[in-house]
Amino acid sequence: MPALQEEKPTANAQDEGAPVVLRLDGVTKRFGPLVANDAISFDLKRGEVIALLGENGAGKTTLMNILFGHYVADEGSVEAFGRALPPGDPRAALDAGIGMVHQHFTLADNMSVLENIALGTQSFWKARFDRASARRRIAELSGAFGLAVDPEAMVASLSVGERQRVEILKALYRDAHVLILDEPTAVLTPAETDALFHTLKLLVGQGLAIIFISHKLNEVMAVSDRVLVLRSGRLAGERIIAQTTRHELASLMVGQEVTPPPVPPVITGPSLLVMEKVSTVRQANATPLDNITLSLHSGEITGLAGVSGNGQAALAGLLSGTEVPLSGNYSVQGEPVGRDWSPAVALAGGIARIPEDRHAVGTIGDMSVTENVIAERYHTERFSRAGFLDWAAARKFAEEIIADYDVKCPSPDARIRLLSGGNMQKLILGRALDPEPVIILANQPTRGLDVGAVGYVHGKLLEARSRGAAVLLISEDLEEILALSDRILVISKGRLSTPSARGERSVHELGQLMAGHGEEGRAA
Amino acid sequence: MRLEPKPAPTLAVTLLYPLGAVAATLVITSLLVLVAGASPFSVFYLVAKGAAGSQFALLETLTRSTPLIFTGLAVAVAFRARLWNIGAEAQLYVGGIVTVVLGTGALPLPAFLLIPIIMVVAMAGGALMLLGPAVLKTRFGVDEVVTTLLLNFIVLLFVSMLLEGPLKDPMGLGWPQSSKVIAGAQLPRIIQGKRLHYGFVIAIVSALIVWVIMKKTTLGYEMRAVGHNPQAAGFAGIPVNRVLMKTALLSGGLAALAGFSEVSGLKGNLTLDLSPGYGYSGIVVAMLAMLNPVGVVVSAIFVAGIFVGADAMSRAAQVPSYIADVMVATALLTMVVAILMTRFRIRWK
Repeated sequence: MPALQEEKPTANAQDEGAPVVLRLDGVTKRFGPLVANDAISFDLKRGEVIALLGENGAGKTTLMNILFGHYVADEGSVEAFGRALPPGDPRAALDAGIGMVHQHFTLADNMSVLENIALGTQSFWKARFDRASARRRIAELSGAFGLAVDPEAMVASLSVGERQRVEILKALYRDAHVLILDEPTAVLTPAETDALFHTLKLLVGQGLAIIFISHKLNEVMAVSDRVLVLRSGRLAGERIIAQTTRHELASLMVGQEVTPPPVPPVITGPSLLVMEKVSTVRQANATPLDNITLSLHSGEITGLAGVSGNGQAALAGLLSGTEVPLSGNYSVQGEPVGRDWSPAVALAGGIARIPEDRHAVGTIGDMSVTENVIAERYHTERFSRAGFLDWAAARKFAEEIIADYDVKCPSPDARIRLLSGGNMQKLILGRALDPEPVIILANQPTRGLDVGAVGYVHGKLLEARSRGAAVLLISEDLEEILALSDRILVISKGRLSTPSARGERSVHELGQLMAGHGEEGRAA
Repeated sequence: MRLEPKPAPTLAVTLLYPLGAVAATLVITSLLVLVAGASPFSVFYLVAKGAAGSQFALLETLTRSTPLIFTGLAVAVAFRARLWNIGAEAQLYVGGIVTVVLGTGALPLPAFLLIPIIMVVAMAGGALMLLGPAVLKTRFGVDEVVTTLLLNFIVLLFVSMLLEGPLKDPMGLGWPQSSKVIAGAQLPRIIQGKRLHYGFVIAIVSALIVWVIMKKTTLGYEMRAVGHNPQAAGFAGIPVNRVLMKTALLSGGLAALAGFSEVSGLKGNLTLDLSPGYGYSGIVVAMLAMLNPVGVVVSAIFVAGIFVGADAMSRAAQVPSYIADVMVATALLTMVVAILMTRFRIRWK
C-alpha cells in the first residue's frame, strides 16, 4: 500500500501544495433528453475529504458510476494520479487505487471476513491461498485505522457497523488511495457514526483522499474539508467547510430557502391501536418482538427510534398485516386482531401502510402508475363491478393522485419503475392517504429521498395528524424522529423502551437506549 | 458484456421481436440443412408450401394448430402469474381420458348436452391436475417446474395402464387404444370431408375469453400483479396464494381442452400418441406470443405450419422432418433472447 508508506502524514486539506489524486474534467452524461451530469469538473487532493451533497436525482450516483467505469461519459475525462482512466472499465478504476463502499454492502454472507476481503485479489492460477499473510495484513490495517473486526467471523453474524468496516478494509486491502463512501451513515447508530468519522480522520492522516456522499448536512459539516453541491446534474456550488453554514448548503442543494415544517400543538385523542404484551415468531432474518406494549393515539405521531434489525420489521409487519402475533392482545379500533389478520384485513381496518422498501414491496415496477395506485382498492366498488375493472375510473384516480401529490411522471400509463424514488414515494403516499386512514404506519418514509421530497412527506404526515390520524413513524434517522414525533419510543433487541414526550430525553440518552443500554422495556 | 435496463418499447417495436427471433431461427437451422446436404432456400420454400401452399395444406395447419392454441393459452396464463406449468402434456391427457370415459357410451345424451358436459368435466380434471403442484408450491415451497414436469410421465404411464386395462377397446385387436367415442360426443367438422373441426373455433373463442380475463377483469389484474412482484402484490392485499390457485385451475382447464378437442374432433379415441408433445410445444407457442392470448393464436398457427410443412418437405427433399423439432426448439431459444432484449440492451465491455 504505497500511499500509506510514503513519508510522514503531512497532508492537509487546506494545503494548496498537496498533489491532486483525482481530476474530473468537464464530465457530461446524457440519458436521452435528460442531462444527468453537466460539465462537472473538480480536483481531489491527497489527504482531503470532499463531501458530495445533493438531492436524489442530482447526479451523484451517475458521477460515481462514471468514475468507477460503470458508465461511459459522453464528454470529459477522468484522471487518477496524473493518468487518464480508460472509460468504461471498473477494473482500471480498482487498479488505479479507487475503492468504493456502496450503500448496500457487497459481501458474501456465507464466507468469513478474511475470505470476503481477499476475494478477487487471488490469482486464479495460484493453487494455495496464503491465509496467514492475508490475516497479518488485515490485522495491520484494522489496528492502524480503528477498524476492529474478527477476520475469522462469518459475515452473516456481523452487525451492520461491522460489515461496513469489512467493506472499508476490503478497499484498503486492495491499496485504495481514493475511497468513495456512498451514504455510509444511513445504517449506523450515533456511536458507530462517531467511530467511522474517527477512522476517516486516521485514513486522511495517512494520505488517503475520500469522497463522502451524504444527504445529512451535519455530517458533511463534521467530516469534510470541502463540499461540492450538485443540483439537477450541475455543480451548484463548491464551498470550503470552514467558510460556510448548514443553511447555505441546504439552500444550494434545493435552490431555494428551506424552512422546516411547523409542528402544530398536539391534541391527543383516544387510542386507536393497542398492543399488550405482544410477541412474534422468530423469522429467518429478523428479530422477533418480545412482549411489547404499545398504543397509538388519535392526533399523535409516535416515533420509533432504533438501529435497523432490532424488531422494527416485525412491528411493521404486525401493522401491515403481513405478520400475526404469537401471543398477547392486539386490537385495532377496538376490534381484536384474529387469525385472519392479513394486509387486506389491515387495510379494511383503516390502517394505511408506507412500506420500508418502495421498490420491492411498495410498488410493482413493471406495472403502470395506474395499476399501482389501485393495488390496495381494485376490488372496491369504485374500481370494479362484477369482477370487471373500471379502467376509466382507475385512470382518473391515478390522474388525481398525480395532480394532488405533485408527482412528476410522463403519464398514468408509464411503468412505475421509470419514476424517481421521490415520485414513487409520493404515489405510495397518495395511494395510502387518499382514503383518509385513521392509523398510519410510516416505515422509513423518507429514506433515500432528497430534501424537497422529505419536507413533502413530513408535511403530509403532519397533515394526517392534524386530521386526527394516529401515526407510527419508524425511522433510523434520529433527526427525523426528533423533528416529527410527539412521543418517542426506542426499540432494541425486540423490546420497547418506556415512551418519552417530545424533548424529554436527550439525543445522548436515546442513543444509549438504541445501543441496548437502558431500562427494560415495560409499557407504552 | 453487460445488460442495461431500458424503457418499454412501443407496440410496433414489440412486434418486431418475435419476427426477429423467427429470422434468427431460420438462419441457424439453415446451417443444419446445409449439413444435411440440401439447399436451405428450397427446404424453407418446401416447408412454407407444405404449410400453406394449398387448401389442403392450410386446413391441415389449422387442424394441427388447434391443440397448440389450447396448450399455448394454458402456458401463457400460468407463466403470466409466474406459475411455471410445464405439465400441459399431462393435463392434455387428462382431458383425453375424461372424453373417452364419458363419451364412449356411459352418458347416452345428444351432442348439445354431452359435449358441454364433457368439456366442463375435462376442464375440471385438468384443473385438478395442476392444483396439486400449486398447493405444494404455496404450502411447502415445492418447485412446480419439477412436479409438473414429472407428472407428465406419471400421467402418460397411467394412460398406458388404462389402455391395457379398463379402457382397452375390446374390438381393437389387442392394440393399446380405447373404443371410439359415440356420435354425440364428436365435434363436427367445419367443412364436410376435411379434417378441420369445431375444436378450432372453440380454441379461438377461448383465446378471446382469456384475453378479456387478462385485460379487463380483477382476476387478470391480480394474476399480472402476482407475476410481476408477488411480495408487493401480497403487501397491497392481493391474496397471492388464492390467485395462484385460480391461475392453476384456469391453466390446467385450458390444457385439458386440447386433449378433449383432439379426441372428440379428430382422433375419435384415446391412444398413447394422442399428443406428439403439444404440451411442451405450448411453451414455445406462449413465449413466441409473449404471453399474449391473441398472439397465441398466431404463433400456434405458425408452429403448426412448421410441423405440417416439414412433413411435406421431408417427402420431397432428403431432409428428415425432425428439422421441425429443431426449428421449434431454436425458436424458443431465440425468443427467450428476444424477450431479454425487450427489457435490456447489451453493452459490450
